[in-house]
Amino acid sequence: MAKHLDYLRESASQTAGPYVHIGLAPGAAGFDIYRRELGWDIAGPNAKGERIRVEGLVIDGMGAPIKDVMLEIWQANAEGHYAHPEGGGPVEEGFRGWGRVITDFATGEWGFDTVKPGKTRGRNIGTQAPHLNLWIVARGINIGLNTRMYFADEVEANAKDPVLNLIEWENRRATLIAQRIERDGLPVYRFEIRLQGEAETVFFDL
Amino acid sequence: MMKPGEFHQRDRDIHPPALTPGYKTSVARSPRYSLISLQNSVSEITGPVFGHNDVDAGDNDLLTNYAKAGQSPIGERIILHGRVLDENARPVPNTLVEIWQANAGGRYRHKKDTYLAPIDPNFGGCGRTVTDENGYFYFRTVKPGAYPWRNYVNNWRPAHIHVSVFGTAFVQRLITQCYFEGDPFIPLCPIVQTIPDADAIDQLTAKLDLKATIPLDTVAYRFDIILRGRRSTLFENRLEGN
Repeated sequence: MAKHLDYLRESASQTAGPYVHIGLAPGAAGFDIYRRELGWDIAGPNAKGERIRVEGLVIDGMGAPIKDVMLEIWQANAEGHYAHPEGGGPVEEGFRGWGRVITDFATGEWGFDTVKPGKTRGRNIGTQAPHLNLWIVARGINIGLNTRMYFADEVEANAKDPVLNLIEWENRRATLIAQRIERDGLPVYRFEIRLQGEAETVFFDL
Repeated sequence: MMKPGEFHQRDRDIHPPALTPGYKTSVARSPRYSLISLQNSVSEITGPVFGHNDVDAGDNDLLTNYAKAGQSPIGERIILHGRVLDENARPVPNTLVEIWQANAGGRYRHKKDTYLAPIDPNFGGCGRTVTDENGYFYFRTVKPGAYPWRNYVNNWRPAHIHVSVFGTAFVQRLITQCYFEGDPFIPLCPIVQTIPDADAIDQLTAKLDLKATIPLDTVAYRFDIILRGRRSTLFENRLEGN
């Protein structure tokens, strides 16, 4: 495409493979090497807003949990600002909005603690409902899969969300909405990601 | 009025599709429905910012970052270096590059790797750095060995180094693998061959860089990483899909 113009071509993706932990979570691979591994603290101690836990499974086309997944999270703070120069406004000191989690090798369960994000501005007009941006890599996944997690207790905002409304099959929108439960007084959102088959999660080409 | 706009659409013809049956694990781990195309909002044009507080100066030197004092890993000593550029050929400065790899015998330091080639006590196998103001990065390491994997009965991965890079936006996030010029396993590898475009494979193949090689010390390989570029927005007033 457009080879007669002088654009460079993006480097092709390759699978992260089964040993992704060595590079991105070496402690989980079985050795300590860095002063500090990156991505374990998403919101930091100063972030305002509701503290929540998010957890779930990534499930393959056979219905089995994937036990060597890495997920990255990218989210706004409670005011809807991303920690980035174009992020819409200031964020609390220590709020990074980015996280990296891996699944338990035995069960496939993953989870992380953060704050519930606020509404963010829409592409041109309006607002987007609170959401987490997720990127999923693993052995067998050739190019990272992008999805979003929305919150079941944001019924009104979800109904107006421009991205959810882009999905023409209304029943598929539900695959992006995490249910809220309470555990020990802490709100927990459960989010199962199904890579393939029945109730397949919506993935985006960003 | 000019302002930075959306990122160029990803050219999926140079990337592997999700379903590539020659790479068996992809069969049950690939979506069957089409991806939903999403124009960039603030959620996509932003991404995490890293700095020199996040990484230490020696994190990019795999010859020393896990070695005992006065010792060194066994293997061919190499420098892997290059630039991170975008599709507009602009450097991507201050971006995090992370790598991981097997040792010279093809053995990973990972509790799940049971290949009988031994662990090297002086080699961890991971490194990270932040690109400089010109998008330049470098690592020192040993050249990894080929290793066998359970796909077809007799499949061997070419020597490769896994590379993770961020860019400035979540849409630029990329994990790939760096191969080495002249490796006969490259055309035989079902993971390499998930890529449908020969030039794209060549772009993932680091070239021997004799000019950067340090005589009597370390061989150099050059590996440039290209991330998605961004257009300038001249007009932006469409409402379609918001």
